This record gives sequence, structure tokens and C-alpha cells, in this order.
Amino acid sequence: MTEVRSYDLAAGATFATEESGSPARLLWRRFRKHRLAMGSLILLIVMALAVFAAPLVEAWSGLDANRVDLMARFAAPSLEHPLGADELGRDLLLRLLYGGRVSLTVGLAAALIAAVIGTIIGLAAGYFGGTLDALLMRLTDGVIALPLLPLLIVLAAIDLTQLGIPAEIAQSQEASLYRIVVLVALVGWTPVARLVRGATLSMKEREFIRAAQALGASNLRIMAVHILPNVASPIIVATTLAVGNIILLESVLSFLGLGIQPPVPSWGNMLTNAQELMYSAPMLAVWPGLLIFVTVMAFNFLGDGLQDALDPRAGQGQGY
Amino acid sequence: MLSFIIRRLLQSLAVLFIMSFLIYALMGLMPGDPIDLMIQADPDLTPEDQARLRALYGLDQPLTTRYWNWLTAALQGDFGFSRLFAQPVGEILWPRMWNTVLLLGLSLILSLMIALPAGIIAATRPQSTLDNVINLSAFAGISIPPFWLAILLIILFSVTLGWLPAGGMGMGEDTGLWEQARFLILPVLALTLSRVGGTIRFVRASMMEALRQDYIRTARAKGLSRRRVLVAHALRNALIPVVTILALDMGMLVSGALITETIFGWLGMGKTIYDAIMGNDYNLALMGLMFATALTLLANLLADLTYAWLDPRIKYG
Repeated sequence: MTEVRSYDLAAGATFATEESGSPARLLWRRFRKHRLAMGSLILLIVMALAVFAAPLVEAWSGLDANRVDLMARFAAPSLEHPLGADELGRDLLLRLLYGGRVSLTVGLAAALIAAVIGTIIGLAAGYFGGTLDALLMRLTDGVIALPLLPLLIVLAAIDLTQLGIPAEIAQSQEASLYRIVVLVALVGWTPVARLVRGATLSMKEREFIRAAQALGASNLRIMAVHILPNVASPIIVATTLAVGNIILLESVLSFLGLGIQPPVPSWGNMLTNAQELMYSAPMLAVWPGLLIFVTVMAFNFLGDGLQDALDPRAGQGQGY
Repeated sequence: MLSFIIRRLLQSLAVLFIMSFLIYALMGLMPGDPIDLMIQADPDLTPEDQARLRALYGLDQPLTTRYWNWLTAALQGDFGFSRLFAQPVGEILWPRMWNTVLLLGLSLILSLMIALPAGIIAATRPQSTLDNVINLSAFAGISIPPFWLAILLIILFSVTLGWLPAGGMGMGEDTGLWEQARFLILPVLALTLSRVGGTIRFVRASMMEALRQDYIRTARAKGLSRRRVLVAHALRNALIPVVTILALDMGMLVSGALITETIFGWLGMGKTIYDAIMGNDYNLALMGLMFATALTLLANLLADLTYAWLDPRIKYG
């Protein structure tokens, strides 16, 4: 009993000393204490700068990420090719940078779309309740419980022209990018929807919502102006974690040959041949995977740190 | 309880029915159809032949009619013929289904054997070095690309050390049980390691929540041993949400099995579905997806029953 009390007092005390400055400043101060999350944030910023500077690196080094040079096949790391060259003699570092652009873009874009879908579904389910809630939550549970990867493979394989999309768009190089963003967003919205629904449920009974209703505000306005800002924390955390998951999913689909189509590199499709290469050039199989691993881990730490900063009381154990 | 089981069973069947239509419709959107494949094989087919063949196979019928025909045949046990294997689909899928169940079952057991102790230890000593190590490993586990992990395991254990086979099933030869089991080690390990991190984190959070409850203090105060409180009071309650998460995770596990089986050449459902889709084998892909969905729904159902068994407070009526 005393142990619990002292913990509560201690938490209250630190909270009191922090109670100066704007909420954003408070949040930042708490976030900064989470060293892994801070490190991850810095790492991700550096990585984003590096991959989006890929054309500059390309111009500066005089290499071309897509130029095949059979003389340089499996070249060992050298000044010209800092990480060596792949099975077609293309510079590995450059391809990793360009691949990172694709992987990060897909991850961020799909996570944002998923967050929007999830927020709308969660808000509607939580706010209106009743049959709509039951229906939407059944749908969410259904999507979570399904074997998604086999289904995604079918969706990635379907012929877009049969859906009435013109052939020149369906077969263009960008199509595989858009397709993967849409597909992954379509299955990635479930965690956001559940969290937003839960937060909305507890929010809609509050006095200020009642007051808004009494003043005659429309449901849409109440949801957008009064509830949404108050359920932002779970959305931010879930979206950050979703970026990591989506990068993983994209890499899996690309690895299986159903995501980003070569010659456009992505970290996943650079590993498509890895299984043949691991006997001849194992490092080619190591680098892209390592980058996916580090990036996804950084997004997960970031989400964890944000969670702790936004909700400092949760997730604390007192031990046993 | 019985009425609860029946109601859940009916619900699962309804979901399976809806999914069967969706999957059937999706199959129709895949590039090419059986007649296109015949044209590829025999360019001399005239447009009249094509139309005749389409009518013969019923491909000129509307989607709902074709679906109904397929469904009535499938319910009678006629799953059609596989193009890739030139065998009835059922004969291909049944043994492979068991291969996948073996892989999934072993992986599930192994991950519980890792996740329960690790999660409990971490929850009882929050912020200790051991907790930090376990937590970091769990984070690494959920962040690692599953196919890359499998490749790293092959590079380490097969290419470098040469201890274990890089893939295959070890069937066909007159080999002993151990020889065959060696082929299972890497796939089970790869599948387990890529899923266990999430389970560890969940057990840890769930256990922490349970340890915060008043009844834990009561149990300690009345003089029960530490171990007994941990196992009989805290763990029993902590397991309830864990079972739910494991059930929801079945879909992910089946997804993971697809990756693992494809990389290790393990002849299971996942690899079959992948090969069938890549090889335009519509009948096989269709039934493979149906089996995978049914397997997931069944696992969900079992988890619901375990849940009821673990938590006697839940009343079903």
C-alpha cells in the first residue's frame, strides 16, 4: 500500500514541477527524456534528408542508379561504389537511397490515408453508437482477423484494366506505387479506428459536448471541432506505429514481386533476388533488410516515446 | 454455453460465406482467364472456338451464376482441377493444410514458451536491466522484416555453419524422424521470432495491469506465496486479453506462414496460394484462400472458447 502511495505521490510531484509552459512545450520536455525515441527521431530526420538528397548524390558521383554495368557485377566496396555493386553492376548505395525514398514515401502516404479512414470510421462508430457502431466494429474485427497477406497478394495481382482503369495508367511505372499505397491503407486503418472509437466513447458524455449539442451544433461540427482535437493523441501514436508496419508490409509485397516493380528500387524489391544471392554476395541481402529493420524500429520507438509523452501515467508498472 | 458455441459457429460460417463471394469476385479480376491461357497454348483457336469454349466452361454467364455453380459444386466436395499440378484441388490442398497446421502449431507453442516467461519476468521488474533487454528484443522482433530474418537464419545456419537444411521438406527419402524434423527447425524459428515480439509486449502490459489490481495485494496480505499469487492470481487474469490478441493474431500468423513457407520451400497452404496466384491457377488459389480463411476463423472460434474457459465471469446465453 505504502509503495503504491509513494509512487502516486512521486508521479504527482513530477507532474507539478512540469506544469509550466504550453502543452506543446510540456510534451516536448517529456518526449526528450525518452532517449530511444529522441535518437530515433534524429535518425529518421537524417535518413529522410539522405534519401531525398539521392538525386544530388547521383549527380555529384556521376553514377546512375539504373545504369547496368556488367563489368562491375558484384564489385567489392570501393571509392567509386562505397557499398559495392549489385548483380547488374548498379551502385548499391545509390539504389538504397532511391529505394528509401520509395519505402518512406509509401509508408508515410499510406499511414496518413489509413489514419484518415480510421479516424472517420472510429469517430462515426463512437459518436453515433448503436447499430452503426456494431456494424463498423464487426467490419474492423473482420478485417483484423482475416489472413491479410494472401488477400493482399490477390489484390496486388488483379488486372486494373478490368476495373475500367485505362491501360496506360494501369501499366505505368507510378501505378505500382499508387496501388501499393491504396492497398496497404485499405487494411491498415483498423488500429486507428479502434483507438479513436474508444476515445470518442469516453469523450461524448463530457459536459462540453452536451453543451455544444444543447447550443444546436451539428453532429459533424461536434465531431470535427470538439471531439477530434481531444482524440488526437491516440491518432498520432497509432499513425506513427502504422508507418513502421506499413513499411514492413510494403517490403514483404515488393519482396514477393507484387509491390513496387523494378527497375524502380524499393528496399523490399532489392531483396527479391536475395535468396539466390546469399551464397555469392551475402552483403547484398544484408543492407536493404538492415535499413528496413532500423527504420521500422525507429518508427516503433518514436511511437512508444510519443505514447509515453502524451500519456505519462499509462504503461507504468510498480513491479512485484 | 452450447448456444454460444452454435451462435459463434453460425457467425463464422456467415463470414466465410461473404468472404467466399468476395474472393470469387476478386479471382475474376485477375489478369487473363482460362480461355486466354488456352489461346496462349494454341494460337490457332478461332474466335468461334473461343466463344464455344467460353460457353462450354460457363464463362459467358454473369458473376452470380458462376459463383452459385462453383459454390454448389464446392459444397459437394468438387473443388475443381488445378492447372499447375494437373490434380484435383482437394488432393493438393489437404496434405498441405496439415503441413501448415504443423508449422503454425509448433510456432504457436514455441512463442508461448518464450513470451509467457519473458513477459512475466519483465512485468515483475519494470525498468530493470532485464526488463529493458526483453523490451528491446521484443521491439527488434516486431520491427524485423520477416522474410529478411528468414534469409539471415539461412545465411547463418545453412550457408555459414552448415548445420541445417536451407529449405525443403525432407520427405520422399527413407529418412528418420530426426532428419525430417531438421527441415522444420528453421521455418518454425523464423515464423516464431517474427511474431513473438508482439506477444511478449502484450503479455508484459497485461501482466502489469493485473499486478496493479487490489486482489493481488489481498492475496499477498493473506499470506499466499509469491509464486502462487503470480501464477494463480495475476497470470490467470493476465492471460484473458492475451488469448484474445493471439486469436486476432491468427490472421497475421497465416500471413507469416505464407512468407516462411515461400522462402523455405515448405509445402503448405501459404506457398500453395502464392504459387497458384503467380501461376494463374484459379481453382487452386480460390480454394487455398478459402481454406486459409476457414483456418483463421476456426482459430478465432477456438480462442473464444478458451476465453470463456479462462474467465468464468463471462456468461453466455
